[in-house]
Amino acid sequence: MTLSIGAKKAIDLGIFLFLLLMGAVSVAVTFAIVWVLLVDTLRFFTHPDGGGFPTSLIRFFTETQWTPTFYNKQIGIWPLINGTFLIAIISMLVAVPLGILVAVYLSEYASWKVRETVKPWLDFLEAVPTVVYGYFALLFVTPLFQKVFESLGIYMEGMNALSPGIVIGVMILPYTASMIEDAFKGVPQYLREASYSLGASKLRTALLVVLPAAKSGVLSAYLLGFSRAIGETMVVAVAAGMYPQLTANPLQPIQTITGYIVQVALGDLPFNSFEYLSIFAAGFMLFVITLVLNSIAVYLKSRAVGY
Amino acid sequence: MEQKLSLRKEADAKLKEFDIEAYTIGVKRRDKVFEIVGLLATFLVLLFLFAISVDLLIDGWVRIKDAKFYTSYPSRFPEEAGILSSWVGTLYVMLGAIFWAVVLGIPAGIYLEEYGGKGRLARIIEANISNLAAVPSIVYGLLALGVFVYRFKFGESVLTAGLTLGLLMLPVVVVATRESIRRIPRSIREAAYALGATRWETLFHHILPYSLGGIFTGLIIAASRAIGETAPLITVGALTFIAFLPPPPWEDFLGMLMSPFTVLPIQMYNWVSRPQEAFHTNAAAAGFILLVIALLMNSVAFYLRYKVRRKYQW
Repeated sequence: MTLSIGAKKAIDLGIFLFLLLMGAVSVAVTFAIVWVLLVDTLRFFTHPDGGGFPTSLIRFFTETQWTPTFYNKQIGIWPLINGTFLIAIISMLVAVPLGILVAVYLSEYASWKVRETVKPWLDFLEAVPTVVYGYFALLFVTPLFQKVFESLGIYMEGMNALSPGIVIGVMILPYTASMIEDAFKGVPQYLREASYSLGASKLRTALLVVLPAAKSGVLSAYLLGFSRAIGETMVVAVAAGMYPQLTANPLQPIQTITGYIVQVALGDLPFNSFEYLSIFAAGFMLFVITLVLNSIAVYLKSRAVGY
Repeated sequence: MEQKLSLRKEADAKLKEFDIEAYTIGVKRRDKVFEIVGLLATFLVLLFLFAISVDLLIDGWVRIKDAKFYTSYPSRFPEEAGILSSWVGTLYVMLGAIFWAVVLGIPAGIYLEEYGGKGRLARIIEANISNLAAVPSIVYGLLALGVFVYRFKFGESVLTAGLTLGLLMLPVVVVATRESIRRIPRSIREAAYALGATRWETLFHHILPYSLGGIFTGLIIAASRAIGETAPLITVGALTFIAFLPPPPWEDFLGMLMSPFTVLPIQMYNWVSRPQEAFHTNAAAAGFILLVIALLMNSVAFYLRYKVRRKYQW
């Protein structure tokens, strides 16, 4: 097939424009997210059920209960934020120590063979549907803990923050550990060799040379893990309950921002109803929190020392 | 002088007392202990995966082996309820999602890698895509609810669900496309240009064929994650009780696109959140099937990656 040069050039331009368009669409998606969240959040704050602007905005940050779906509407966001962070902090209590252990082991100690066998399974953990983790938290972890706590004389609710928190901790672990491992990989070999040549052990080298050198990468990995725990939805929707409250007790039922969105979205949602708009206001908070965490993580990563 | 000498003596005495052998043994022992602790931690995580699979298998075995489970609609009676409408729904929705991820993601990746350069526009698109990858999936659900369901009036349909999951897959596909194109050395492109090929000829005759394996790997991994996504589909209004199938696309394509739907993870969520234990059995069975699908897709991706690595060694 022979085409004239002109035709070829036209095809070249056409394909370039097509590719550019598709790239632009992906940008449009980000803008669409921000735009939709923003518009519907504004509609939430001007809705008469919330008291209209600016009363609703003040109520949003000063009230201590979140009940936009009740007859008596309270719209204080804090109980949801409390639940969200309670879960995320519990999960980090699992993911921080285990993450560093697994990453140090895999990158500094494990033989090539062990690593090649273990890594695909860790990757697979990331592909396990989150609703499956939710099932596990509700029907395996919670009953287990209930038995343990009962023998200690402590009562644990069937819906609580502890078991979904722990399960999310394990869930984000492969993600966190593999990012920490990447940070370790960025540390040049000669630093390790220098340390060994001074007689340091592997452990000493890992903890006192490699870890400090990869500091900002490790921090950024933890922040991204934290942000993922905050945005995690199905585990908390299944196992954490539907009771937004201000509490630090992990044995109590709570509700997270994501859990609230799921609970409301399961019902019928007319476009202009206060309930519909309230999930956008809650979602906007979620988006802002995760965006801030991700931006700090990206900044930290960019600041990572290049060797 | 006197003082210095005594200090020196003290230090010498200490050095004599210092048992280098015992110290070395101690250090080595601590090293070993840490290695074992690390290995245990890694196995703890894998044990968790194992526990989930076994738990689901045991809890759901009665339904997993029951052929009627795969051919019945959901029902009020747990023993009669099945996953027919949800697995068919998952199939249609995933076909849609893969279509959108391919149509949007691969061209965007090619643009960024081959044409983008270091220009301002390319940098904006790049920053956007890395941002998109970190947005919680339920926020995509809100986007879809606000844009596709209400503003575009697509309704709570297969089309909306496919678009939503397609957007969710987008960042992974873009990154995979870029990375596998980046692995092709410049010399290939230069050789093609030297023979008088235009950019698109180089692209279609060389760049794409060589990078397709890597792109497919990324696509499968993205799809294996999207298939288990529940949250964004709840917000776009996936129903939990559907006792009919969308019309087959070869008879009524538009009807299929606009049909209400349910998918496997949603069906499972519905069963988990019911109080009756008999429904939990169904949930476990559905969960195990999801796990098997995810495992199969990941294995295919793993195999493909291995093959690609062997095939092209520049």
